[in-house]
Amino acid sequence: MGKIIKVSGPLVVADGLADAGMADVVKVGAQGLKGEILTMTGDTASIQVYEETAGLGPGAEVYTTGAPLSVELGPGMLENIYDGIQRPLTEIRAIAGETIARGIDIPALNREKKWHFVPVKQAGDRISGGDIIGTVEETSALTHRIMVPHGVVGTLKSITEGDFTVTDTVAVAELERGGERALTMMQTWPVRIGRPYKQKFLPDTPMQSGQRVIDTLFPIAKGGTAAVPGPFGSGKTVVQHALAKWSDVDVVVYIGCGERGNEMTDVLMEFPELQDPRTGEPLMKRTVLIANTSDMPVAAREASIYTGITIAEYFRDMGYDVAVIADSTSRWAEALREMSGRLEEMPGEEGYPAYLASRLAQFYERAGCVQCLSSEVRRGSLTAIGAVSPPGGDTSEPVSQATLRIVKVFWGLDSGLAHARHFPAINWLNSYSLYMDNLRGWFEKNLGRSFLENRAKAVAILQQESELQEIVKLVGQDSLSPADRLTMETAKMIREDYLQQNAFVDIDNYSSYDRQSILLDIILQYDAQCRRAIAGGADLGKLISIEVRDRIGRAKSVPEEEYPTAYSAIAADMAEQIKEAAQHD
Amino acid sequence: MIKEYRTIREISGPLMVVKNVEGVTYDELAEIELPNGETRRCKVLEVDGDRAVVQLFESSTGINLAESKVRFLGHGMQLGVSPDMLGRVFDGMGRPIDGGPEILAEEYLDINGLPMNPAARDYPSEFIQTGISAIDGLNTLVRGQKLPIFSGSGLPHASLAAQIARQAKVLGSGEQFAVVFAAIGITFEESEYFVNEFRRTGALDRTVLFSNLADDPAVERISTPRMALTAAEYLAFQQDMHVLVILTDITNYAEALREVSAARKEVPGRRGYPGYLYTDFASIYERAGRRKGKKGSITMIPILTMPEDDITHPIPDLTGYITEGQIILSRDLYLKNILPPIDVLPSLSRLKDKGIGEGKTREDHSGTMNQLFAAYSAGKDASELMTILGEAALSDTDKLYAKFAEAFEKEYVGQGQSTDRSIEDTLDIGWKLLSILPKSELKRIKLEYIDKYLPKQEG
Repeated sequence: MGKIIKVSGPLVVADGLADAGMADVVKVGAQGLKGEILTMTGDTASIQVYEETAGLGPGAEVYTTGAPLSVELGPGMLENIYDGIQRPLTEIRAIAGETIARGIDIPALNREKKWHFVPVKQAGDRISGGDIIGTVEETSALTHRIMVPHGVVGTLKSITEGDFTVTDTVAVAELERGGERALTMMQTWPVRIGRPYKQKFLPDTPMQSGQRVIDTLFPIAKGGTAAVPGPFGSGKTVVQHALAKWSDVDVVVYIGCGERGNEMTDVLMEFPELQDPRTGEPLMKRTVLIANTSDMPVAAREASIYTGITIAEYFRDMGYDVAVIADSTSRWAEALREMSGRLEEMPGEEGYPAYLASRLAQFYERAGCVQCLSSEVRRGSLTAIGAVSPPGGDTSEPVSQATLRIVKVFWGLDSGLAHARHFPAINWLNSYSLYMDNLRGWFEKNLGRSFLENRAKAVAILQQESELQEIVKLVGQDSLSPADRLTMETAKMIREDYLQQNAFVDIDNYSSYDRQSILLDIILQYDAQCRRAIAGGADLGKLISIEVRDRIGRAKSVPEEEYPTAYSAIAADMAEQIKEAAQHD
Repeated sequence: MIKEYRTIREISGPLMVVKNVEGVTYDELAEIELPNGETRRCKVLEVDGDRAVVQLFESSTGINLAESKVRFLGHGMQLGVSPDMLGRVFDGMGRPIDGGPEILAEEYLDINGLPMNPAARDYPSEFIQTGISAIDGLNTLVRGQKLPIFSGSGLPHASLAAQIARQAKVLGSGEQFAVVFAAIGITFEESEYFVNEFRRTGALDRTVLFSNLADDPAVERISTPRMALTAAEYLAFQQDMHVLVILTDITNYAEALREVSAARKEVPGRRGYPGYLYTDFASIYERAGRRKGKKGSITMIPILTMPEDDITHPIPDLTGYITEGQIILSRDLYLKNILPPIDVLPSLSRLKDKGIGEGKTREDHSGTMNQLFAAYSAGKDASELMTILGEAALSDTDKLYAKFAEAFEKEYVGQGQSTDRSIEDTLDIGWKLLSILPKSELKRIKLEYIDKYLPKQEG
């Protein structure tokens, strides 16, 4: 049992903790506030406390739980909302009302609720860590696969089908090293240690987000990493929400890290209403929310991204595709900075601790496409997407720079585009995806070679546009050749009729790859056909004002079931009208 | 029994060190009694063994190390609340300064409040009509939102805030409302402007004023917004009122925070502001909102002056990351005599999408809003080009865009400071302006709304 000797904000120093280990979770004071040991000197420990420390003073008791910060993993996490240290917020609300009182200790997984466990193994089967012994239909969207905890090797002595709570014994194993072990549907895992896997692979399948600018221009692979930096008001959260809604993954872990409370409320209210376009189930049924909003204690904010990614790894280990979306990693870094300052560590750049970059790298490196640890062959993937909120939108600051060194996809948000209400405001000139090479095979197989060619053309046209714009700014539009003016016109179509996508409109909010590739093809066909017509002496003004242009502009909002017919009609009419406009000349 | 300490060892700036203390806790409130009997308040910032670092809320003048006594009160800073607070004026520490009687508190509340459980929040979605087109039409305010005004020195942010306070209403509701106004380090004249405005419109007896003026101690400013929000939370969530909180000026608040941080010799973040400025701001701004099962709401309009009109300065920057949008005032528009000089392009209301549309404002609101934004942005680009290259360099469409931008600034934004427009008026003016452009440019609006609302061209 230790005693507090110093309190400074979320940092508490206590002595008499010789029995505690580094990174142990401790209970502080009469209210038993949860904290974590950061440093030890002799029997004196510096502790970051996950709750408000007002009212704590020297002399108050501190005792260690003897275990590092861990999460509970098992059925009941989906559709739930947790704080940064995995306390269930809906249950806290039932106890404490609308605000979060201190010292509430509720288990993360409901201990009363019964789940129907169906064994897939039988008594006598050999098992080892990671093997699936049974399943639970956790929600209508996801089957929860109950795995043997890591480190257990032996033979199943018994296994029972039936309704159990997460702490009930569902199976008993005779261990290889002797003795027996009762297996439950719940396991725990320390959040700061990545869950093991057998092997990592290079990602080779795109994560389809239904967002045209992302899927077409800057795709992310399943198992990849991406960062979304942008100044405030550039639509980071809208992009993050869109990814959480429409990505073709099995499970989404959404971490609201130091952000607005209302944004989490928005997710909580909207996701149960929205349907997954692939399964038809409400999106909430595949979502786990971690909410440590900006007014909640800063130390728990630091823990929240680890809590989130550990939960995600657990689902990955079942063989699922999982996406972790963290909004925003800058707030996490600030929490790190605040604790570092209170520990009086030597600051690095802009006051951030020197280990900022390595901590960020550790987080993102937990993403990947893996063969799960198990005696069966099973693949899972974990995609990590982090928002970055650089001060003043200037990405030369340490958090952005450290992030960009690690992630493979950069979706740079641009305040100029946001001000013109071009959303998603992803700047096509400076964003990039380093997965194009890995994904080439998938694209060729599923969308054909023409998609990649069209993509390259579109990128080139947008690049040319920015060069031409410089000229226009200096000498005016008249100085451009008709071909260059056509390039400007096509670029405008790509920007307005293709890249721009309204997340708040029902049909436009999600666009399948098939739909994307046809629409892009129409626009580039327009360019190619007009270019031929111009070469034959046609008047550009007439080509620009053909009736079908208006229909291309509205093609994004054609209802889902009508688009194949509507798009081929547009393509046919377009060819006709261009021919006509060219002939009259 | 409360112990008294005569062990003040050090006073520097707003900080004081008391030795040999016992049983003192973090964030505890304390009182200093001066030799002449006067008392001042302070709070504990750090306890290290028997040494407590406390932060004064008032000036340190006259505190004598040997003679002054310190009493630790065993609780944090509190505010006594009661419905009688309406119509009263308090200083930055919550003491009445209007000559009226002391408030008989129904309850004492900790001014730091508690974080709101995200699972207990109710998403703000009720449209507030401010009567200002640039806000209602393009950057719609909803009940429970925190929408700051980013201003600069010499810009009319005070009159804009007063106009909002005066005209704001929720259509078709006659619910109880209240205004909580916190003057944070502003001048007497500015504060008096608001008081007179509230008096003139009869809102004064529904207003609670907290006043920390420019000549009041800077460290008091750290408590002032928290006092105001504690009162607001009480009125909103216990008395079922819809509360509009105006905090002005956040820049002064941040400077007071920097002063304390510097005195503590903390590692500074950007521009000398403490690294926890974001978290500290959040603990103020996030107190706005709605709660499930409660009738009342807190809508917050903080005002801040951007040093040198620089939006990347840490104060506006961090504010923008927490608040649900921002209304930005533009010096250019102000010089063109466009009032209120709201720069609509960088302004934003993040919660507008849930507060507009059929049943809330009108079905065509969302489409026209996007179209107006896009058209004004294109129009501004065109006018810029025109200044460089002359009108001849523009295409015909671009000329129309330039014309649109000019008309938009004059008619839509520049409505004047006393015009109260209904949302229908605002939307209709929008349509009138859009009719300047060719119909084929209106891609962001559904065709059926164009047919229904676009004024028919004459002839």
